[in-house]
Amino acid sequence: MRPHEQIERRKMFDLTGMTALVTGASGGIGSAIAQALAAQGARLAVSGSNAAKLDAFRAGLGGDHVALPCDLSDGAAVDALVPQAVEALGRLDILVNNAGVTRDNLAMRMKDEEWDQVIRVNLEAAFRLARAAARPMMKQRFGRIVSITSVVGATGNPGQANYAASKAGLVGMSKALAQELASRGITVNCVAPGFIRSAMTEVLPEAQKSALTARIPAGDLGSGEDIGAAVVYLASREAGYVTGQTLHVNGGMAML
Amino acid sequence: MSDTADRVKKIVVENLGVEAEKVTEDASFIDDLGADSLDIVELVMAFEEEFGVEIPDDAAEKITTVKDAITYIDEHKD
Repeated sequence: MRPHEQIERRKMFDLTGMTALVTGASGGIGSAIAQALAAQGARLAVSGSNAAKLDAFRAGLGGDHVALPCDLSDGAAVDALVPQAVEALGRLDILVNNAGVTRDNLAMRMKDEEWDQVIRVNLEAAFRLARAAARPMMKQRFGRIVSITSVVGATGNPGQANYAASKAGLVGMSKALAQELASRGITVNCVAPGFIRSAMTEVLPEAQKSALTARIPAGDLGSGEDIGAAVVYLASREAGYVTGQTLHVNGGMAML
Repeated sequence: MSDTADRVKKIVVENLGVEAEKVTEDASFIDDLGADSLDIVELVMAFEEEFGVEIPDDAAEKITTVKDAITYIDEHKD
């Protein structure tokens, strides 16, 4: 037997003993992210705006996870979320800024509230959570902050000036935080999904669906699991030298 | 030397990884002890935890030497 065969190779991307806070966890992509992290052994605090839906999701996960309902448009509630998670979990290793809203409209018709609401939930809440999470992570000399952005943050999309701005904002914010926190063992990255199968895409007419997939070299929409796998990688110890990056998960529809 | 001074110096030695002799009361965190702005944030967090005081940002900005920290903490701890 050769020496390397005697040593059992450690399973990669094992998150046993780590804890994570995931926002928007009862949604399509968020639930897949939460399930992926839990499957690798992380203990979770799942957050969302609908308390009943969130608790049902938490119960479905099994294990020893906690649900922390939060309205991300309420600044004070957002500031309280990380301390609540640390209290419930004992430590915080991973923050996943997943929650996001859309208020689509052509720019010329876009109301101030539509702009404000999207920026507040998608970008400002993510900043508040990252700022709060940096505290315990700095003390631990370890942390992983992963924000879910979007292909449209890089490419733009008509009708989504607010959404595209919020998603591009996450990328810039993450790069700045990555530089501030790298020396403390904290990495800050983004995952940018392309078109992902969801309740929203299911109801699209067949013609529109095939027009969509025609733009995707992989020939199909992505799944929540595709995004969950990307988040698991960036959250893992193995990705410790990867920071300030955006991992595009889009079947090749935009190569950036 | 006061109890506060001892505890502050211990935290500075631990956080900045400098030799205890260098941590005089006149020593500047940035100019003499090689701290960067993130180190200062961490030091302030450590002081808050050790002494149970809250050091707001505008006060933290004025704490540039070991002595500044000791004075602030002595004035504000219970």
